This record gives sequence, C-alpha cells and structure tokens, in this order.
Amino acid sequence: MARAVPTQRRITLSVVAWVIALLIFFPILWTILTSFKTEAEAVADPPLFLNFAWTLENYAVVQERSDYLRYLWNSIAIAGGSTLLGLIIAVPAAWSMAFVPGKRTKDILLWMLSTKMLPAVGVLYPIRLILINLGLLDTKFALIFILTLINLPIIVWMLYTYFREIPGEILEAARMDGATLWSEIAHVLTPMAVPGIASTVLLNIILAWNEAFWTLTLTTVDAAPLTAFIASYSSPEGLFYAKLSAASTMAIAPILIMGWFSQKQLVRGLTFGAVK
Amino acid sequence: MYLKNVLGATSALALTAAATAAFAQDTTITIATVNNGDMIRMQGLTDAFTEAHPDIALEWVTLEENVLRQNVTTDIAQGGGQYDVITIGTYEVPIWGEREWLVPLTDMGDDFAADDLLPAIAGGLTVDGNLMASPFYGESSMVMYRTDLMDAAGLEMPDAPSWEFIREAAIAMTDRDNDIYGVCLRGKPGWGENMAFLTAMSNSFGARWFDEDWTPQFDTQEWADTLNFYLDLMNEAGPPGAANNGFNENLALFQQGQCGMWIDATVAASFVTNPDESEVADSVGFALAPDNGLGRRGNWLWAWSLAIPASSDAPEAAKTFIAWATGPGYLELVAENEGWANVPPGTRTSLYENPAYLEAAPFAEMTLASINEADPQNPTVDPVPYVGVQFVAIPEFQGIGTQVGQIFSSALAGQISAEEALEQAQAFVTEEMDAAGY
Repeated sequence: MARAVPTQRRITLSVVAWVIALLIFFPILWTILTSFKTEAEAVADPPLFLNFAWTLENYAVVQERSDYLRYLWNSIAIAGGSTLLGLIIAVPAAWSMAFVPGKRTKDILLWMLSTKMLPAVGVLYPIRLILINLGLLDTKFALIFILTLINLPIIVWMLYTYFREIPGEILEAARMDGATLWSEIAHVLTPMAVPGIASTVLLNIILAWNEAFWTLTLTTVDAAPLTAFIASYSSPEGLFYAKLSAASTMAIAPILIMGWFSQKQLVRGLTFGAVK
Repeated sequence: MYLKNVLGATSALALTAAATAAFAQDTTITIATVNNGDMIRMQGLTDAFTEAHPDIALEWVTLEENVLRQNVTTDIAQGGGQYDVITIGTYEVPIWGEREWLVPLTDMGDDFAADDLLPAIAGGLTVDGNLMASPFYGESSMVMYRTDLMDAAGLEMPDAPSWEFIREAAIAMTDRDNDIYGVCLRGKPGWGENMAFLTAMSNSFGARWFDEDWTPQFDTQEWADTLNFYLDLMNEAGPPGAANNGFNENLALFQQGQCGMWIDATVAASFVTNPDESEVADSVGFALAPDNGLGRRGNWLWAWSLAIPASSDAPEAAKTFIAWATGPGYLELVAENEGWANVPPGTRTSLYENPAYLEAAPFAEMTLASINEADPQNPTVDPVPYVGVQFVAIPEFQGIGTQVGQIFSSALAGQISAEEALEQAQAFVTEEMDAAGY
C-alpha cells in the first residue's frame, strides 16, 4: 500500500522542486529573452526582464547571415548517425556482458568507462592527422565515427544496466523454443528493453548534439553543425549578445522541443533500476 | 547527314559551355575569420568580389577568436589545408612568418598600393622584408573620456595626458552613489585581455617582460610601480568587480554612462560615439594613452590581417581576394554602401588624408596619432630581445601571458597583494622560460 504523504510536506516538496527547476532553467530562459532584445537592451543595467521592446530583428539578421538549415541538417545527421552506429555496436556488447558475462566483464566495463576520463585534447593531433591522411577532415562520416566512440561507453553501460534487469529465464525459454541468437536479441530482448533503449537514444542524441570540442576542431564548412553556428556569433570585441542569444536559441530549440516531448520517457529510463 | 553534323556541333558547343561554366566556379577559397563588425560587413559586400571574379567562389568560416587561433594553428602545423585565407593578428605574423607557415604577399598588383599601408602597421606584419599578412583593420589604444564629467570636475583633458593626470581626473569624476566610476580598465585575465593593457602600460613605466638575456623582469621596481599604480587607481576609482571586466564589459559600462574614462582599443571609438548604441555618444572625447615622461606611452598596436597559410591549395585565388579585401578600392566600396564612418580604420595613409572620412569619424586623427606612437620593434624604454608592444612575439607567450594575467587579476580582486603577485609571476615565468630553453 502506498504511504500517504502529508499535504504540507507535499506542498513544500513541490515548491522546492519548482525553485530548483527554475534555477536550472533560468540561464536558458534568459538567453531566449535576450534574443528578443536590441543589443543595447541586452546589456542594460539594471537588466530588463520583460519590460523591453520585443523585436525579431536578431533572428532576421542571423537568418540572413548564416545558412541555419545547413548547420541544422549537419547536427541531425551527426547526432542521429552516431547514435544509430553506437546502438548497432552497443546492443550486442551489452547483451553479452549482461547474459553471458566472462571473468573479465567487470574489468572491461570499468576500462570502457575510464576512457571517458581521457582529456579529449590529448588525442586531438593524432586524430586530426589520421583524418587528414584519410581525406576525412570536415566530413560528417568522421564526426559520426568519433562521436560514436566517445559516447559508446555510456551507451554500453546504460544498456547493460537495463538488460540486467531482464530475467535471463525469459531468454532461456526463447532459446528452448528454438529462437536463434538474432531472434532472441531482436524479438525478445529488444521489445522488453524499449524504455531503456529509448532513454539511451535520447541521452546520446543530446550528448552528441551538444558536443563542442570535436565538432569545432574537426569541421570547417561542409560538416559544421550547430555548435559552429553558435561559435560564429561569439565576439571578444563588440556587443553582439542579442544576436548570439538568437543563434543559441535557434540551435537549442530542436533539442529542447525533443526533450520536452520525451521527458517522461527520459526520466523513466534514467531512473530505471535505481530503486529496488 | 547535315542535320547530324549540326546536332553534333551544337552538342559540342553545349558541352564546352557547360565545361566553361563549371570551370568558372572551379576555385573555392575558404576564409577563416572572427566575428566583429568590420568582418561581418565584408561578408555582406563580397558580391562585388564574386561579380568581378566569377571564377572564385568564397566559403566563410566565422569562429570565436581563441577557437579560430587554435584551429588555424593546428591546421597549418599539420598541413591540413582547410583554409585558404586566415584572419590573424600582429602576434602570430612574426612567429608564423619566420616558420614559413605563411605565403609572402608579393605581386599583389598595382591596385593594392602596398606603399599606402601605414608604416607602423605594415612593419608589424613584415618578416625579412616580405609582407606576410595584409591588414584589414588596425588599432591602437587611447583614452576615451566623458567631456561632460570632465567639465563638471573642472579639469581639461590634454591631448597627451600623464598617468598622474589620469589618476587625478579619475578620482575627481568618481561618484559611487550614482554608479559613476572615474576609470574603467581591463581586469579579466588573459594574454589578450588584462595583459594587453598591463603590458602596454608597463612600457610607459619603463618596465619590460624580459631583459636582453631573456631573464624575466617582474622583480624590478618598474613592474612594482606599474602594478601598484594600476591597483591603487582601480581601487580608488574603478567599478566594482573589475577583475571580471574585459573589452565588452567595459564597453557596456561606458555606453551606459558609468565610466568617466576608458583606456582601450581605438576601434571602440566608433561604438561609443554611435547614438544607436551609446547613451553618451554626444559627450565623448579622445586623448593619447598616458605616459610617465619616459618616452613611451601606454598604447598598443594590433591589426587583424588576412594571410595565406602555406598549406593552401589555391594561393593565387587567395591572393586575389586579399588584394581586393584589403585594397583601397574596398574602403571606397564600404563608404559607398555604408558611409565613411563604417570604413575599417587604421590601415592606409590615404584614408587619413581623405576629408570625407575625417569629417565622418571624429576619432580618426587620434586613432592615427595613437597608431603612429606605437613601435613594435622598440616597444620599451630599455632594449628588449622581442617584438611586440602589448605582447611578446614568442610561441610561449599565450600560455605565460594568460597565467600572469590570472595572477594579476587575483591581485585586483584583493586575493593577493601586488608584491605577492609579482613574486608569483617572476617565479612562474622563470620556470616556464627555463623549461622552454631560453
């Protein structure tokens, strides 16, 4: 039976949750508000919250100056491509680790995670040289491949955690019914792990969408995604905060909308297995 | 048979025309640039270039200054060939030129008028007698001040003020109750932020980064005088939180009427006198950067310039573009489209002889005087082994300049004393220079 939570405690918790949520969301809200101000209003002191002359001028200027759709398409291709490639590698890897673990499975998992601790800049030169020699610098393929490698440890770990929650007996039963390895993964395991796979996909898309180090250093024109679009509006000499905010808002809008619609799925997936 | 011949000839002609059209857009050059008003304006005017040169297509890559510097350095060092034209500053040109990373800008054509470039600017971009980058806009630093506040304080700004006058005026103009601060100076750490200002300032106090044997000089009286003066001035008459203020933060403060004086890049003059952006546009005066009577002023010299990396696979097309973008004809094109006040300043002598420009830009004469005051080859009172007014043109400077900037910024924030800051700077720079083999 569910435990009754006193009303006063529920209200307090709700208020605390709202305050924390607003604090976290405030920088994004401020960026969105700034994008509708003039450059002078953007740096006004005291800052203007809502009482300013709203304008769409910054969006018009950004639209005129930059080919937003090209950057957007590159971001979609890179984030989507790296997620798909990551899943193709990670689902079988996580399956084997969860259901047929070997003596060194734990070590391999920890080693995979430890690669995330390597400072990215440490391998920048070798990776760039390889890409130059292969003629892959400034290509979406190169970024899809590199972002897949970067995010693979997280995908494997997340899927491994979800798969471990699925009773092995179900898979055994499928095998006794004559299921091949492929049908076992595709028709038994995957449907049961859909919430976990969905949240892994969402998280990986967000990570790949926001990745700024590799996307800025390995692209120039053809493969430049939205991170390069934002960077082009940063200026050390000149107040262009309103235009920068408009560019940022346009860059985060797709991922923000996607996150909004899939938040239940994301939370469910991320907390899956956290409470036993 | 006749029809067949005619069809054949027509097809051949069509194919030739298609091939010519394809060839016409054969060369694409990729231009890496920074985001500032002049560069963005150039992007908007490039139709004029592509109309005159239909065989050259342009691709733009606009990046934040530090990202651009990192990407371009990596690309040149590895021969990536991603860029055909790069935007670099006076700091990079001597270092990269010496390493033969840049294509010398010879044979730029008569229209380019190389002799018209301002000698002080061209000198900073020349290596072994060859121009390695062509200046797109040049800047020095100067004093921008509020004429109304100066009048109210009963003072008159000389054309060439001393540091003592600046201190006196700053204290007189400060009115903390009304959020007016006598002077706004850079405090944000970075080799191109507070250290650009402090290094230029230290020149006028007789200080230098290194002596002729590359021994760091932060333990000298001249550096103690520089840093103590700066800290006292900022504590007495600077805005709160000055350790976080760089160019943009001080620009915002000045435009909102919160600074009596601002000593910074001459390029800011067009912003603070623009009534659409600045609340004090009609009451701004200009003066040379201050001195201490030692023969050097506290002003710097910088030029954003266009260069061709040695890894470019289209150096001739890149040269054609640079000759267009930094030639005298471009200045006229900007003037025709956007007025003389928006012409990129500080690169050509003829601009400062043009009455239309002098009338449209009230800060023009002071900008030219400031640029001419700077001498990158002999920046300090005592001789030094390096080139550069507000920087030291060695590869290590980005790292040590930023670290020393953080130490001095801590002193401005009150976390350490001036004495401790100089001790830390001396120890750090000595260690780094020893490790680098100087």
